[in-house]
Amino acid sequence: MSTVQQEPLVTMRGIEKVFVGVRANAEVDFDLDRGEVHTLLGENGAGKSTLMNILSGLYTPDSGSIAVKGLPQAFRSPRDAIRAGIGMVHQHFMLVPTLSVWENVALGLEGNSILMDKDLIVKRIRDIQDRYGIHVDPMTPVWQISIGEQQRVAIIKALYRNAEILILDEPTSVLTPQEARALFETIRQITAERHGVVFISHKLDEVMDISDRITVLRKGRKVATLPVAEVTKESLAEMMVGRKVVFQVGKTLQNPGRVALEARDLVVRGDRGRTRVDHFSLDVRQKELLGLAGVSGNGQEELCDALAGIRKIEAGSIKVDGYELAGRPIREFQKRGVSYIPADRMGTGLVRGMNLRENIALRKYWRKEFTRFRFFIHWENIAGRTGQLVERFGVVHPGLGYPARMLSGGNLQKLMLARELTDDPKVVIAVQPTWGLDVSATLFVRETLLEQRDKGAGVLLVSDDLEEILSLSDRIAVIHNGRLMGLVEDPDSVTEEQLGLMMAGTCLEEFRPHSAEAPFAPGKVV
Amino acid sequence: MEVLIPILAAAVRSGTPILYATLGEILTERSGVQNLGLEGLMLMGAFMGFSVTHATGNPWLGVVAAFVKGAAISLVHAFLSVSIGANQVVSGLAVAMFGTGASALLGRKMVGLTVTGFGKIPVPVLSGIPVIGPVFFDHDPLVYISYGLAFFLYWFIFHTRPGLNLRAVGESPIVVDAMGLSAARLRYVYTLVGGGLAAVGGSYLSLAYTKMWSEGMSAGRGWIAVALVIFALWNPVRAILGSYLFGGVGAMQLRIQAAGTSFPAPILMMMPYIFTILVLLVISVKKGKGILLGSPGALGVPYSREERT
Ligand SMILES: Nc1ncnc2c1ncn2[C@@H]1O[C@H](COP(=O)(O)OP(=O)(O)OP(=O)(O)O)[C@@H](O)[C@H]1O
Ligand SMILES: [Mg+2]
Repeated sequence: MSTVQQEPLVTMRGIEKVFVGVRANAEVDFDLDRGEVHTLLGENGAGKSTLMNILSGLYTPDSGSIAVKGLPQAFRSPRDAIRAGIGMVHQHFMLVPTLSVWENVALGLEGNSILMDKDLIVKRIRDIQDRYGIHVDPMTPVWQISIGEQQRVAIIKALYRNAEILILDEPTSVLTPQEARALFETIRQITAERHGVVFISHKLDEVMDISDRITVLRKGRKVATLPVAEVTKESLAEMMVGRKVVFQVGKTLQNPGRVALEARDLVVRGDRGRTRVDHFSLDVRQKELLGLAGVSGNGQEELCDALAGIRKIEAGSIKVDGYELAGRPIREFQKRGVSYIPADRMGTGLVRGMNLRENIALRKYWRKEFTRFRFFIHWENIAGRTGQLVERFGVVHPGLGYPARMLSGGNLQKLMLARELTDDPKVVIAVQPTWGLDVSATLFVRETLLEQRDKGAGVLLVSDDLEEILSLSDRIAVIHNGRLMGLVEDPDSVTEEQLGLMMAGTCLEEFRPHSAEAPFAPGKVV
Repeated sequence: MEVLIPILAAAVRSGTPILYATLGEILTERSGVQNLGLEGLMLMGAFMGFSVTHATGNPWLGVVAAFVKGAAISLVHAFLSVSIGANQVVSGLAVAMFGTGASALLGRKMVGLTVTGFGKIPVPVLSGIPVIGPVFFDHDPLVYISYGLAFFLYWFIFHTRPGLNLRAVGESPIVVDAMGLSAARLRYVYTLVGGGLAAVGGSYLSLAYTKMWSEGMSAGRGWIAVALVIFALWNPVRAILGSYLFGGVGAMQLRIQAAGTSFPAPILMMMPYIFTILVLLVISVKKGKGILLGSPGALGVPYSREERT
């Protein structure tokens, strides 16, 4: 809530930033008052992160002015911004995975002695944790903690430096509903202390919930700054996209057919050798979308890697259309019609340094129509195909010859869908396909998945966004710690709360003891 | 046991130059820069140390000159790797070749000369301990300094504020930058210090080990040190063990040769390298999937603030 008239915490005027070929910020003005949550909204690539990277000293603006608490500032590096009281939690958290939590907090703290007072630092971390109710063990290495916990570490890091201006760049896109609620409590407490928070998110419900003011950016320009009372979800979406947006995806009823993908008693190990998937069984039928809910990091990525054939399984069987594929080469999975949209778009999904044509060709280059004499790559055909796909999926791109890393998040995802969904796959495995995507891109991805289902594919949708799971799935499975917590035949029969509990490790039978005669118990198939 | 003592003592002596170079490279690589030029740096250090000592009569001045020379050559490598973002393997190989060639050229006048260099100074009391004493405490000062240096660096890397910055910049330079530290400055500093230490290792050869200069006298120790960094998993204390192991292989080889066996000499000379390959094989297999524990995540990757990688 805005307080007595006073100097704003931050004033940014006429900010300009051009990257090769992109005007990421164009004449942007932005203010932050004491005690307010000011949200930045905009589609993927609208320039939100760029603007905040400028405020935190990581990027240098081409022109424009910044004042903090009335004092003009010309940040030369993040150090200057930190000194001015600005703390940023970046979209891709800036933590060193091999260091422990407390070491990450201590990194870059000013001090003269070459020794660090570890006890004092840990004690201060504990104080901050108690004060804001954010808990993480300070001694654990960061690579061992969940994404949600990493989020908390990033916030603690900023609070430790007495940040009066806290920038949170898409902090909730990887959090569970419970974690997000806890974060909002923390934000409210921070603003109650008359600090200011800049919040960035694509989830309009939470934006309406937490913000005092909202600034909408479109293609690098500011569209408007409005108090939350004067906007609705619909009007915000319209300002972001520049046209009306329909929120509901149309889901038609379908009669599921035969089993398209069958997994039995899968055991899969993670990168560090631990068992991540533990005797997991599941069926996806044709014309069905099976939602797999779970907090990220509970084995779903390893499970899907295995189902797509790119990770070795220790035990169990995988059948597509009745063909046993366990232990078979990846290309056989592809030939049998398995499409994979991994969570890790820029690692497993696409090659950042390769251009659009090459990325499209990656999974298909061996096909007859893409080769000459079965040996030489037929670039003309691939280019032609890429052009069609990019057109059909509406990928905004600087040119087919540009490397994939130049695309924004939403467009990367569209490029991957274009590659994976062209030849009517039999099985589609999509992991967190809407992470970090804006409203229209999210809608597009969801509609595309449903379209595949209607065309006859079995779709496995992995997500930690319960709203997404509930609105798209025909059936819902829940995974926790690599095990199946239960399979819900009718999505209307469960609440978000119950799914949340299952995601936290409660078996379906436990809170519904009378449904012992569960119609489907995949773990027990002989 | 009695026969082993001289061999163990020789292992320490012959391992010391490798230890300096390995410690230097551990620092450089911990900061995220790879410097494959150790062999050239050692040779330049050996030459520089020898010529300054020959001119002044003071081996300590020789060591200092070697350090400065090593740091100066590494400045070129740092500039190319950190400021220009050039390929570090190419730049490192260039340093190796430059050092080998330049030291051979400049050192021609020095061939055949000798210096007094460093002599044995047994440590009082400690050198009297059976076995341990003659093996570890009956050497020249540079050996003792290398012990202290290894333990100091361990403490420095894992328990101090600058050590934390060092570990972080080798792992994620962007985080270091975002936290208000200069990633480039850190990388420059440790590339220079690391190069300096490698050159000090070289000067050990000409000032303590042989007390003379000869072309190519490091005889591949610089390359072994590159491999040893991995063997040590970027840990200075483990580097001690590795260096003496390889020093021991070298010392054994000399002794077997001297004993006049009919064993073919070229095979003996291959031993350290074969051993290097075996050790790398064993630790890589043990860690699995080529994921080497301790390997700095951003090793060899240049960083530039607004550049998308
Ligand atoms: N370091 C960079 N180098 C080149 N281009 C960049 C860089 N950073 C951002 N851009 C480009 O600037 C534009 C704005 O990007 P920005 O990351 O600010 O978008 P955003 O609003 O945060 O989007 P998202 O919702 O996907 O996070 C995009 O077109 C992006 O590709
Ligand atoms: Mg962003």
